[in-house]
Amino acid sequence: MALAGINWFKYSSPASFYPLAGKMMPWFAGLATVLTVVGLYMSFFVAPTDYKQGEAYRIMFIHVPAAWMSMFIYVVMAVYAALGLIFNTRLSAMMASSLAPTGAMFTFLALWTGALWGKPMWGTWWVWDARLTSELILLFLYIGFMSLEAAIDDPRRATRASGLLAIVGVVNVPIIYFSVQWWNTLHQGASISLDKAPSMATIMLVTMLVMTLAFWMYTIAIVLYRVRCEILERERHSEWVTELMEERK
Amino acid sequence: MLSVLLCMMRRDLVLAVRRMSDVLTTLFFFIIVVSLFPLGIGPEVEILRLIAPGVVWVAAILASMLALGRLFEGDYRDGTLEQMLLAPQPLSVLVLGKVLAHWAVSGLPLVLMAPLLGLQFGMTVEGLGVLLVSLVLGTPAISLIGAVGAALTLGVRGGGVLVSLLVLPLYIPVLIFGAGAVEASVTGLGAEAHLSLLGAILALALCFAPWATAAALRISLD
Repeated sequence: MALAGINWFKYSSPASFYPLAGKMMPWFAGLATVLTVVGLYMSFFVAPTDYKQGEAYRIMFIHVPAAWMSMFIYVVMAVYAALGLIFNTRLSAMMASSLAPTGAMFTFLALWTGALWGKPMWGTWWVWDARLTSELILLFLYIGFMSLEAAIDDPRRATRASGLLAIVGVVNVPIIYFSVQWWNTLHQGASISLDKAPSMATIMLVTMLVMTLAFWMYTIAIVLYRVRCEILERERHSEWVTELMEERK
Repeated sequence: MLSVLLCMMRRDLVLAVRRMSDVLTTLFFFIIVVSLFPLGIGPEVEILRLIAPGVVWVAAILASMLALGRLFEGDYRDGTLEQMLLAPQPLSVLVLGKVLAHWAVSGLPLVLMAPLLGLQFGMTVEGLGVLLVSLVLGTPAISLIGAVGAALTLGVRGGGVLVSLLVLPLYIPVLIFGAGAVEASVTGLGAEAHLSLLGAILALALCFAPWATAAALRISLD
């Protein structure tokens, strides 16, 4: 395999990752744009009108991918944080902190679109359902991660402290999820159940997957963009950044 | 190992007893927060009885969070904490000793006071018993989890507010099972399942929290 010849560890250094990220970013951004256009076209024009929910269900094509991404990004972030703490690689920690704002954005988007969807469907903006509640808690975890990082002035300490918090958080996520679910089933206050997955037409499922891929590519592109800024900011005293800046002038 | 633990606990307890006002502040905060609820909601006993477990639990969590700042702050300021990091004894054992002592001065008084407040809310004797047990199991877990947050925010500006942002989401399972245990026993479901889960959380926290706290302290004092 040709890939085996590449020294992957080379790219764990910010100096060599910076140009690589610059080269990859436009590709992912392009993919994200194409997929979003295709996905939005499919969700508005190709996917059929739902016989029960009418047109309002189309918000699902934003809502569900955003909810998936919000959880996925938290796990990826924790993995990067763990790598950063274990191997002491600067780049992993930078990736973790670059992922957090996007993850929080998707969590917020999922909650927001969920509220917009809930109003016409159940007649209420919010129910204390297990999924909604745990998504809200996920948003709190993201905010805690970001504010801890922002509060510490020393960047090295900031990334390590927030990294540890991300790991503690990811261990807690399943516990929180199951406790919230149990809490919800015990109370049974609202009679709305989100658990019954409606059998979905194939075209709807495909549209949702396309949108998920679009969000995924967007995440990669924006994270690469953000990590490049982060690299320049943190490595501004190093030689290669100075050289780069000289070249740009 | 055990002697290190006991020595640490004794030291922190002596320090706490010498400054009794800190302990009392936490306790009175707890009492006042609980007493505010009837004033806000109204004196109907039926409603109060319904919300009592949740109110007592939330107030206990807030009160013990208020006390978290003191867990490492004093030792951090006078440099004792740095000596602990350098000590040959494992840091996680020292941390465990500190957290247990901290629980004894900030958690235990709340546990003992809770039945009295429950009475004010018109709870039954059976409910009070379960409340007591759930607090005995839950508050140490809260102290242990909170210690991680306290260690992470050590010496950070605005640490007091920040620590609440970090640890409150992590307290949610304890809150759910703690308040849920009382509710389940009142409604006749039996509190064993909730109490067992609380015990499981406590056991998990006992294993992992001192370790994570030690790691956080090393990061903070780097």
